[in-house]
Amino acid sequence: MAKLETKIHNIVLKNPVMTASGTFGYGEEFADFMDLSCLGGIIVKGTTGERRQGNPYPRMAETPAGMLNAVGLQNVGVETFCKAVYPRIKDIDTNILVNVSGSSIEEYCYVAEQVDALDNIPGIELNISCPNVKKGGMGFGTDPAMAAQVVKEVRKVYHKTLIVKLTPNVTSIVDIAKAVEQAGADSVSLINTLLGMAIDVERQRPYLSTITGGLSGPCVKPVAVRMVWQVAHAVQIPVVGLGGISCAADALEFLMAGAKAVQVGTANFLDPAVTVKIVDGLQDYCQRHGINDINEIIGII
Amino acid sequence: MKQIADFTIVGREQLGEQYFTLTLQHPDKLGPIAAGQFVEVEVRNCREVMLRRPISIHDVDESKNRLTLLIQIVGKGTRKLSELEVGASLNLIFPLGHGFAVAGERPLLVGGGAGIAPLFHLAKCYKAKGVEPTILLGGRTKALIPVRDAFVEYGRVHYATEDGSLGEQGLVTQHSAFAGEYDHICTCGPTPMMKAVGRYAMEKGMDCEVSLENMMACGIGACLCCVCDTDEGHKCVCKEGPVFDVRKLTKWLEASK
Ligand SMILES: Cc1cc2nc3c(=O)[nH]c(=O)nc-3n(C[C@H](O)[C@H](O)[C@H](O)COP(=O)(O)OP(=O)(O)OC[C@H]3O[C@@H](n4cnc5c(N)ncnc54)[C@H](O)[C@@H]3O)c2cc1C
Ligand code: FES
Repeated sequence: MAKLETKIHNIVLKNPVMTASGTFGYGEEFADFMDLSCLGGIIVKGTTGERRQGNPYPRMAETPAGMLNAVGLQNVGVETFCKAVYPRIKDIDTNILVNVSGSSIEEYCYVAEQVDALDNIPGIELNISCPNVKKGGMGFGTDPAMAAQVVKEVRKVYHKTLIVKLTPNVTSIVDIAKAVEQAGADSVSLINTLLGMAIDVERQRPYLSTITGGLSGPCVKPVAVRMVWQVAHAVQIPVVGLGGISCAADALEFLMAGAKAVQVGTANFLDPAVTVKIVDGLQDYCQRHGINDINEIIGII
Repeated sequence: MKQIADFTIVGREQLGEQYFTLTLQHPDKLGPIAAGQFVEVEVRNCREVMLRRPISIHDVDESKNRLTLLIQIVGKGTRKLSELEVGASLNLIFPLGHGFAVAGERPLLVGGGAGIAPLFHLAKCYKAKGVEPTILLGGRTKALIPVRDAFVEYGRVHYATEDGSLGEQGLVTQHSAFAGEYDHICTCGPTPMMKAVGRYAMEKGMDCEVSLENMMACGIGACLCCVCDTDEGHKCVCKEGPVFDVRKLTKWLEASK
């Protein structure tokens, strides 16, 4: 058996396979289909300061080899998460990380502080792709200075592993990655969804209530691999890769491009047990290629 | 417990141009399935379809570990499924969602189009409780109603078509059987039909359950794509539904679309 263990800052993962926020609920939804302790980690739903209803239906559209979503951060809010959800999931034998979202720096800090107090949450993934309400809806994650500012403030109140999730909807993702590294991020994860749009020509209207939405699925994978490769060569902190991973070979592309770990997203909808198959596939690959430790192939490209 | 399994198609029946049924053999044990629950079907070898398609459980044969789906061809995925032949395998995630309560002593089941699908298993469940439901099925014209003769074994069946080609002419809500004495209504079909039935039940103060058909991605409550705007906020149709008590859907009943 090859060693699949990897590390993101202080977090030890039994294998590099995690699940992406917003695609795996709180993990519980998948317990009938797989053993959750097989996973390197679970990143639970985006969590905000208050409960949110998200955007109006319809908020999903299937597109070639992918899908658009405009769920809009529907979640129970951090207080209910800590009181009602955390006790249910805290003993799952894997790394449970919380995706921290918000519309202002104060909200990000508030959520991060609450989650900091939870013993069995070893880290957070800061989702800086949400619009900044105060600055006219522009995403924090699309401007290096603004991205750095959120990370700096959250860093002051959050003491465990801080992963920052980057949006691909920028001119240079490398600039954003460097800015958040400087501001104190322990790791970056990429890519969040690509901004997209689809029109129902029969009804002559957009499929989504919000007109535009986030594209995910196999169609985004080559873009994601490219960005992971660029960022991995530009920063010192560990990179977590995601975007369209649906099999072990896909995960291996990200690892070879420089990711220390990967997240599986949309593929969970097609096969709720896909992550177990990916872990098995990595083991199988290592055996076929005489690899003793998965870290041997990380960043070889 | 939810499971994912490869079924084998052991029966296929074409019902008019638009509808067909697939009877599926489970490799092992089906487990309990409530009326109104659904499956997420994988559509293989179809370049345009990535996501599974939600389809109601039309009939269950527990002794043989078989279930039957009744599918209307409306687009790419359902067309691909219609091309499958006996012997082919089909991967399903099931049983999903929250089904009908199977409540009341004098129930009325109202179905339109593909919405007729879950009412068959539902009628059977009523029969098993010793209750004979009234079953009212409607459509624009006869060809758009998947006629399942076996319905008569489980209740009193009536048809309504807008052109009078089958049963009484008019909408299901205009049918003479609709105004009868009932204590519980279950409905599944086109949204305008379900809203008309739901509003009627609310006015009469009658118990009424509706089965919604929102677009889905995961079918298990993970993606939050399928929500209905209920009186208690956004609820996942795949998990908290597809069957809802109309009393929780007053906002939905009032909305024009
Ligand atoms: C809980 C549930 C149970 C269902 N049960 C049945 C059933 O028993 N039998 C059956 O025939 N159908 C059922 N449906 C509807 C079925 O899921 C859709 O018809 C199917 O997903 C369409 O796939 P497609 O690829 O053929 O269509 P697409 O090519 O994806 O779309 C073609 C057209 O169908 C419409 N459409 C797509 N998805 C849906 C949907 N979920 N509901 C209504 N219209 C849709 C689109 O707006 C489009 O106009 C059910 C839906 C749900 C949510
Ligand atoms: S379809 Fe994913 S939550 Fe309902």
